[in-house]
Amino acid sequence: MVKSILLVGVGGQGTILASKLLTTGLMEAGYDVKMSEIHGMSQRGGSVSSQVRYGDKVESSVIEVGGADILVSFEKMEALRWLKYLKPAGKVVVNDYEINSMPILSGKFDYPAGILEELSSKVPTKIVCAAKQAAELGNPKVMNIILLGTIIKSMGLEAIHWEKIIRDNVKAQFVELNVKALAVGMSLV
Amino acid sequence: MKKLLTGNEAVARGAFEAGVKFASAYPGTPSTEILENIATYKKDILAEWAPNEKVALEAVIGASIAGARAIASMKHVGVNVAADPLFTYAYTGVNGGMVLVTADEPGQHSSQNEQDNRNYAKFAKIAMLEPTDSQEAKDMTKAAFEISEKYDTPVLLRMTTRVCHSKGIVACKDREEVGIKDYVKNTKKYITVPAHARILRLKVEERLQKLLEFSNNTSLNYIEWNSNKIGVIASGGCCSYAKEVFGDSASYLKLGFTHPLPTEKIKEFCNKVEKVYIIEENDPYIEEQVRLLGFECIGKDLIPFCGELTPDVIRKAIYGKENPSIDYDADKVVPRPPTLCAGCPHRGFFYTIGKRKNLLVSGDIGCYTLGFAEPYNAMDYNICMGASISAGHGAQQVFSMQENLPMRAVAVLGDSTFFHTGINSLLGVAYNQSNTITVILDNRITGMTGHQENPGSGYTLQGKETTPVDIEKLVRACGIEQVKVINPNDLTTVENALDWALSLHEPAVIITRWPCVLKKFSPQDKEEFRGTFTKRCTVDAEVCVGCRSCIKTGCPAIFFDKTSKKANIGLDCVGCEVCLQVCPKQAIRKEEA
Repeated sequence: MVKSILLVGVGGQGTILASKLLTTGLMEAGYDVKMSEIHGMSQRGGSVSSQVRYGDKVESSVIEVGGADILVSFEKMEALRWLKYLKPAGKVVVNDYEINSMPILSGKFDYPAGILEELSSKVPTKIVCAAKQAAELGNPKVMNIILLGTIIKSMGLEAIHWEKIIRDNVKAQFVELNVKALAVGMSLV
Repeated sequence: MKKLLTGNEAVARGAFEAGVKFASAYPGTPSTEILENIATYKKDILAEWAPNEKVALEAVIGASIAGARAIASMKHVGVNVAADPLFTYAYTGVNGGMVLVTADEPGQHSSQNEQDNRNYAKFAKIAMLEPTDSQEAKDMTKAAFEISEKYDTPVLLRMTTRVCHSKGIVACKDREEVGIKDYVKNTKKYITVPAHARILRLKVEERLQKLLEFSNNTSLNYIEWNSNKIGVIASGGCCSYAKEVFGDSASYLKLGFTHPLPTEKIKEFCNKVEKVYIIEENDPYIEEQVRLLGFECIGKDLIPFCGELTPDVIRKAIYGKENPSIDYDADKVVPRPPTLCAGCPHRGFFYTIGKRKNLLVSGDIGCYTLGFAEPYNAMDYNICMGASISAGHGAQQVFSMQENLPMRAVAVLGDSTFFHTGINSLLGVAYNQSNTITVILDNRITGMTGHQENPGSGYTLQGKETTPVDIEKLVRACGIEQVKVINPNDLTTVENALDWALSLHEPAVIITRWPCVLKKFSPQDKEEFRGTFTKRCTVDAEVCVGCRSCIKTGCPAIFFDKTSKKANIGLDCVGCEVCLQVCPKQAIRKEEA
């Protein structure tokens, strides 16, 4: 049985570190793991995705349309952009956080209204305020680890030794903060 | 030891385990991280950034002739640049094993075209391998060196974006220290005068026959028997996609060694299955061989000839539909195109030149290609690395033929692109004395691909200090006498420099010298650009009249608040002051961040 986790957001939001920790944890727990990311031009403020698949034996690293068990969106509008990749029986965790794209900044478009309503009306949706939680922890950058916590809880992966994974992959001075952020994330869903 | 590696990291690991001594590359998505990761094996491999792919491959060829195992890596279009040495090294053969990694881009995520570089293996008559995942990327890199030395051939390792950038679990081994072979002068092998090359030409053909035999017998090409109703032939990343779609309902001929293709294995497979599907991205490379062998198959008649063949694409092509998904209102979603960063030194230049008329802006490959887009609309075309100057020169020559035509050509390219192939082009401008204006956007680093050092940055890939190229001196040495070095954030200076260049009747070069906002400053940068990016701009809401002039600079730090009808500047501002200069009411001020 292969499970598929789709992490989406905007370049610079830390989806890459979150998926690195996630895949490392899954590997150490004994799963076969594959992950796909596209980088390049997306660094310049574009839409980004990390596609994580795990199970006994995983073939493709790519999540297809209608293929994700969970969609975790680091930014509100991105959840809607990637929703077609979710299974009809899948679920969404969405960070209630807006990053305006250039056409919005320039006033050509408004940031779309009613995204959370649209999501909630179609699929089980958990809305989290990771930015607020990260600010309370004293560092807005740990938003990604809070969201990683929501994935771990949602997918029932709490038994993996995440503290060790963080310790092995994060700079020493940030370990404690990240461990706390992960716990906060797990408590949100 | 098991590690979770991307395909690029796995190629680097394979090179390490294979005993490689020398590696060279020019950065290009999706290949860049191959050399960056090889460079982490500092004690064992000398890894160097080359100014371009031709230089990289030639350095690797020299290392191979001198007896070391050597590897070059580049994106698909980079192989075009390096094709000249490749085709001749294909004749001479190797001493130490030589592998060229081509990272192709089905789907064109970060590229100007979608060429299928498998054709290069056939064209140059060399061996080719195509890994499906990270484990194979590592294993096949090692196998490639064995094949290279055994069959005296350069080997093409063909990766694609997904294979490069996907992670998978890889069983790692220790390095096999193969040493450096003796160098023995052998002019009959390495001097390619026609008298020798005609003999080498025959050897190339003999080698292909031997490689064909290898292809038919190697375990890199294998059959997985399931049902005989459907047979799938696939290579590279497509193998994993095909398995997602067909599962156990099909048998598979999985091709890892793909030049020459294993004709006998293909015959064996096609004779035993009722229906054959060929799943391959881009060109019908395998399909044409299968048809030549006289077998009917389903390939490009049904399956897309372009883009990635991810499972949903194959599913739709074959079964007419994708997996069920959620139906929702996708019209709400606003596009999120890439943009120049807040504080990008290209902004001031493109903002200024975008306002001018009667200019053809000859573009190039880099972050600054975004100058074509809104709100600048300041680029007319881009062809390939370095072409801005030479194509701009050609355009200017034709404009100059026409009396009273006010059009002028302005070539625009970055520092790394100038080093790549722009220098030759500028020589052409100076030599032929066209009235072309060349603008070198020197942001002190190779930006687009993620900040690689280059000949102008003062550091090597290994972090060693080296002599930085003085671009101004280099430009003058090419024969250009009119040169100005300016700060692109100062809009009046940019205007004046353009006026100056346009008034001349000879070639001129403007160098805009300011670091990329994302660059990690070297000690020299800290000295030269003291205090840069440490302040920010803010809008005085009392003074702002909501005219949106600042919005038109296209800075992602500035937004228009529709409620207050005022401009606002976010915390991502680094104080480049471009907006401050365009505000007609002096409503923007600068303060400590």
